[in-house]
Amino acid sequence: MLITRRVEFSASHVCANPELSADENRSLYGAAANPHGHGHNYVLEVTLRGEPDPVTGMIFDLRELKEILQREVVGPMDHRFLNREVTPFERVVPTTENIAAEIWRRLVPNFRDGAALANVRLYETEDLFVDYSEAAS
Amino acid sequence: MTRLTRRYRFAASHRLHAPGLTDEVNRELYGKCNNPWGHGHNYVVEISVTGAVEPKSGQLLNVTALDDVVHREVLNDFDHRDLNRDIAAFHDVVPTSENVAVEIRRRLATAWPAGFPELAGVRLWETKRNIFELTHEEQ
Repeated sequence: MLITRRVEFSASHVCANPELSADENRSLYGAAANPHGHGHNYVLEVTLRGEPDPVTGMIFDLRELKEILQREVVGPMDHRFLNREVTPFERVVPTTENIAAEIWRRLVPNFRDGAALANVRLYETEDLFVDYSEAAS
Repeated sequence: MTRLTRRYRFAASHRLHAPGLTDEVNRELYGKCNNPWGHGHNYVVEISVTGAVEPKSGQLLNVTALDDVVHREVLNDFDHRDLNRDIAAFHDVVPTSENVAVEIRRRLATAWPAGFPELAGVRLWETKRNIFELTHEEQ
């Protein structure tokens, strides 16, 4: 069974690879390469896979899930400039693809007892989103 | 696995009427969608791609390049058109959303640029309540 929780955070970023010239970045990322940055209201959907516990009837304690999302993602990223204030985006370009993968890395160690992280879906806008998942090891 | 989905919109009219069936059977089968004058929808189409994130750009693909292909192959032809009359594929095929999704997928697959990641999904919203999706196996 899958369970999904949605949270939002607002952040700014610049899509530019420091190893490329300003012209190359402009041609690769377009307006997203503006050096002063721009922002989004990101929407994050985190999906866990597991079976309901026979006693509690729950896959995972949703209050705990809320706390994990707050601690690992919303706290560090909300109302921040990702490139300057959130590791590893001082050296990794904060594209939606890379932010989704980083959120996966931050969240995955938090789940155990049969509930596993199944998918991270990050909406940059209503019309663009990325799904990131890794096969359970 | 990284999968990127982009959402597009087009507004079009259509009429559901199977030429091989009688008028009465068509009325019964398609109900108000068989109205001889047609009717329209604000369609939403979601195109998904999967593959490896390119390390230099941090992107699966350049979204603007995807936009160009979807506009050229689908939206420019479909938006503000009558699907039955203006799209050749629907002269003989009923433009149900099932068939519209298949035609969108066919057009994209035919013109898919060599360097693009895999075309992983086509999902068509006829209305907020009716959603049609080609699964990976069907592609």
